[in-house]
Amino acid sequence: MRLSPLPTIFLARLAALLLLVLALPARAELLIDITKGVTDPIPIAIVPFARAVPVDGGLDVAAVVQHDLESSGRFRAMDRKDMLSSPTRASDVQAADWRTARNDFIVVGRLVSTAASELTVEFELLNLLNGQTLLSQRVAVQPASLRFAAHRTADLIYEKITGTRGAFATRVAYVSVDGTPPRQRYALVLADMDGENLRVIMESQQPIMSPAWSPDGQWIAYVSFENHASSVFVQRVRTGERRQVSARAGINGAPAFSPDGSKLALTLSGSSGNLDIYILDLATQALTRVTEDPAIDTEPAWSPDGKSLYFTSDRSGGPQIYRVPVQGGEQPKRLTFGVPYAARARVSPDGTQLAMVVRDGGGYRVAVQDLGSGQMRVLTRGTLDESPSFAPNGAQLIYDGRDRGQGVLAMVSVDGQVTQRLKSDRGEVREPVWGPFPN
Amino acid sequence: MRKTLTVLLMASVLALSACSGKKVKPGATGGEAVSSTAAGAQTAGADGAEASTKGAGSAGNAVGALGPSGALGSQRVIYFDFDSSDIRPEFVDVVAAHGRFLASNASIHVRLEGHTDERGTREYNIGLGERRAQTVKRALALQGVQESQIATVSYGEERPAVAGSDEAAYSKNRRVEIFYIN
Repeated sequence: MRLSPLPTIFLARLAALLLLVLALPARAELLIDITKGVTDPIPIAIVPFARAVPVDGGLDVAAVVQHDLESSGRFRAMDRKDMLSSPTRASDVQAADWRTARNDFIVVGRLVSTAASELTVEFELLNLLNGQTLLSQRVAVQPASLRFAAHRTADLIYEKITGTRGAFATRVAYVSVDGTPPRQRYALVLADMDGENLRVIMESQQPIMSPAWSPDGQWIAYVSFENHASSVFVQRVRTGERRQVSARAGINGAPAFSPDGSKLALTLSGSSGNLDIYILDLATQALTRVTEDPAIDTEPAWSPDGKSLYFTSDRSGGPQIYRVPVQGGEQPKRLTFGVPYAARARVSPDGTQLAMVVRDGGGYRVAVQDLGSGQMRVLTRGTLDESPSFAPNGAQLIYDGRDRGQGVLAMVSVDGQVTQRLKSDRGEVREPVWGPFPN
Repeated sequence: MRKTLTVLLMASVLALSACSGKKVKPGATGGEAVSSTAAGAQTAGADGAEASTKGAGSAGNAVGALGPSGALGSQRVIYFDFDSSDIRPEFVDVVAAHGRFLASNASIHVRLEGHTDERGTREYNIGLGERRAQTVKRALALQGVQESQIATVSYGEERPAVAGSDEAAYSKNRRVEIFYIN
């Protein structure tokens, strides 16, 4: 995404509103807890990798890989205590022994120190049932990126066995809230999908909401209430530099980056208070109106081809999901029927499904609708399940819910087979947004 | 009720003229300019809702008579039914009293903050909160208040007045708060 130089007025504001960009101590604030896995998880042995002391910094790469695969709910990893040998090369694996221990697959590997400050991660994935080597990889990494390389390793193994690209080497952004109403503190937080590398990138005594990733993962857009008004900011993740891109009269909300990263769809109301969908060109600041209706039109989401927007509108009474071509010229088409409340659609990465919030038997729940057939499946069972966000591989959704009065994060696989909870020690957490695949 | 309000309103007008020299630009102090004008009545807190519940007690204070601590100030929160932006019958007179006061004091401005309970999606609730604020705005306009005197902001479900996931909490959170700015 290219951004024009910061206009002076924004810079002045930036200084006035100087935000705290904090690096918290690296501790896992989010812990993945599987609440339901597949009935028949794939048995796999992940043997500890040969170390490269001291360049590897003591990181147990195999443990990271194992944690990733197990947290998916689709694998059951062999306990290390039960391993009778610790091969680190495919040629040393006695397949029959591992098969006897009821494993279908085995991963062996080693860290090789190639220079004073460089490492190579080498590993093999073997199918124990037929003896085939499914993967044999060598990846050069800087020691500081070793944990990331471990997540990439898990991604490759996951993809080879399940056929779906792994999404372990990705990040999540979410909003956390501390304190009791009416005095609360809000923070925008980033973490790796395993809860590590946690960072607060924005803190405020006023609400922060609706975080959204740029497609390249370099920026996050969000809504912040400062000076008794809403405005939309985009903030560079790495540096904390931010830019106020919309502070018009009335509501500035619901930002969503276009698939090419050059534009934001957003909701504006003007002083009349009528919410409609607009598209803001980030380079030119040009604003294009997309909807024009006295109803509430909000929560835009782009189709992956950038040609359509899905949005929430209550033009028919209660909120429902509609689709409209970005170029205009067509009336918005209503897509949801049969539920009194359907809102905040998010499009699957392949463009074939919508995740949304529906009211169903008194509860607000996460549902997925197939765009081809129009069929809807309710995936969750809570009373206030909201804010679904697709994993970049489209296989899972992260969302927020309530548990004993506290906002919590949870995940559900799109097929409904696996559910996970993410435990946080930072008060209330909500509005998780799953980041894109790394480049 | 009507009589009491009238008397108090007159007191407010008198109080106002006594302090007309005081000017604060919204936003000038980076977030909490407005409520901080009520001298001593409160500090520049993080939350306007605080002002509505804790501001009472310094009636007679010049600016306070108008704002959080004054007569109108004690009736600055309009509550709503679930999924509704209609002003309930018991609040019609309250809104009208604010409207009459503002209509006869064209230099006084208000900010209407719309809120919802926690149910439903956040951005849609921003829309519902705005709808409530706009309803109150129209009711004020019916009393002759100029549009330029009224600003609206919707916080949706982001700034609940009270915590809790039951109807007792929800009914306190579905509201429009009226803040006086002079």
